[in-house]
Amino acid sequence: MAATTRPLTMPGLYRSHVSRRRRGFDIGMRWLSFGAAVLCVVPLAAVLIFVTVNGAAALNPDLITKPTRALGKGGGALGAILGTLQMVPVAALIAIPVGVAGGIYVGEFAGRRSARIVRFAADVMVGVPSILIGIFVFTFLVLPFKQYNALAGSVALAVIMIPVILRTTEEILQLVPGTLREASLALGIPMWRTVWSVVIRTGVGGILTGVMLAFARAMGETAPLLFTALGSRLVNVGDFGKPMDSLPVFIYVNARQPYELLNQQAWGAAFLLLLIVLVINVAVRARTWGGRIGA
Amino acid sequence: MIETAPVGDTPMIDPAGAPHPPPGMPRAAAPAAPAASPGAGLDVRGLNAYYGTFRAIRDVTLRIPERAVTAIIGPSGCGKSTFLRSLNRMHELAPDARVTGSVELLGVDVYDPAVDPVQLRRVVGMVFQRPNPFPTMSIFDNVAAGLRLTGHHSRQELEAVVEQSLQRAALWDEVKDKLKSNGTSLSGGQQQRLCIARALAVDPQVILMDEPASALDPIATLRIEELISELRANYTIVIVTHNMQQASRISDRTAFFTMGEDRAGYLVEFNDTVKVFTNPVHQLTEDYVSGRFG
Repeated sequence: MAATTRPLTMPGLYRSHVSRRRRGFDIGMRWLSFGAAVLCVVPLAAVLIFVTVNGAAALNPDLITKPTRALGKGGGALGAILGTLQMVPVAALIAIPVGVAGGIYVGEFAGRRSARIVRFAADVMVGVPSILIGIFVFTFLVLPFKQYNALAGSVALAVIMIPVILRTTEEILQLVPGTLREASLALGIPMWRTVWSVVIRTGVGGILTGVMLAFARAMGETAPLLFTALGSRLVNVGDFGKPMDSLPVFIYVNARQPYELLNQQAWGAAFLLLLIVLVINVAVRARTWGGRIGA
Repeated sequence: MIETAPVGDTPMIDPAGAPHPPPGMPRAAAPAAPAASPGAGLDVRGLNAYYGTFRAIRDVTLRIPERAVTAIIGPSGCGKSTFLRSLNRMHELAPDARVTGSVELLGVDVYDPAVDPVQLRRVVGMVFQRPNPFPTMSIFDNVAAGLRLTGHHSRQELEAVVEQSLQRAALWDEVKDKLKSNGTSLSGGQQQRLCIARALAVDPQVILMDEPASALDPIATLRIEELISELRANYTIVIVTHNMQQASRISDRTAFFTMGEDRAGYLVEFNDTVKVFTNPVHQLTEDYVSGRFG
């Protein structure tokens, strides 16, 4: 059969009645999903505004420089600020080596099976209610000594940080192209040196991101500290065998008191904590624009 | 292997009976580079490579001559890359990968359990299809990486090796004023020559190249080909290529691989490049080099 020319027919370019109805439905659904997206942002905005409005005024020099005093007599959150600034870094000192080394093992050395098991365990750990972690640490670092102590607080925070750091480290290492590992191994560079000087060096920005996010998360944890470091009216600097105050516990305690001044202090401390966590988060996000992997 | 590399600089003569320069491609003149590694040959015997239960290459036996370019050609999936990676034990890095048979280098079977694959890869270097400079390192550090990450070397020593390697890779003039800039700031062709310089810096005898120009434009490809012809004087080069013109231009010997019924790749023909392309022994080779299949 010779090639026949296809007849030129006008396809239906005009909107049919049905498609007009569909268009209306489409627009309606678009607005609904847009509204849902707005609802997601509202809580963050609300918290920011609420805490800022209530807390900015309460954040005064006294709050930062004065220790906690007896009821109704002023004072500040010095002990809580110093406590958070001690317990979280100590927790990080425990969690970073364990989390990063664990992530390196899972990402670079583990077999497929063991990697899956560790990954699954870490994901479960991330989801475990933090109060359970507090109770868990309580049973072996508080009960035997019959003494609430800051070290137990740091350990509890470290337990929360480890899976976060492990998972981000491992995910970042997966993003490092295999061709770089090959290039390094083909130069006769041993595996451990390849991982250390090529793979980790390429992913270090992303690993740091994970560490900082875990740090920010630990700063805001309250429940695990209630069972461990407890909280304290004294300014505790350096004595990890004794109870220690922290910003979240300070907020929790003071917000429940029937005194306007203490409630105000809680607002101020909340604002301060929010500032610290926001600064860390923004610093982490700012690194994203740097361009390294996961950075 | 009872190979005694000829003393003195007579790169034209090859005890393995390889080759005259391929047509239209004069040999590089006596090497301008300082006396380098003698460039050892490889004696491959009964080599099988597996991924789990899948046999990727079957019973390959061939002798790769020293200080010559050996091209590996064949259709996709015929095990060319796997074969190449078996030569410096990169193949075994894949999960469940294993190899049987032997590859002799300077009289040593590289698959002898006593051989350290890490040390082997310093003698048998590799260049990959896509240029893969270390993105966190400067040009200088990229070239120095192989030395710096395997032991202590003085700054002067590193500087000397980096300059020499970049010169051998025909990149020195283009980068000598920006050794501190990032390796990834270079063009694709320059990056590939940087990777070659990086491989040369650890002073290998053999350089394996897995389609080193297939990601590059024609001009950059030409420069890589020129570079390979120059390197031939001092190194044994094995190059996998999809480009038959390239194989005929730059290689002394050509091995043609294809895939069997069981999807395992095997060696069909290994001969002087001129013979493989003008007067092949096997019908399969003729069909392939004349473009009738593959």
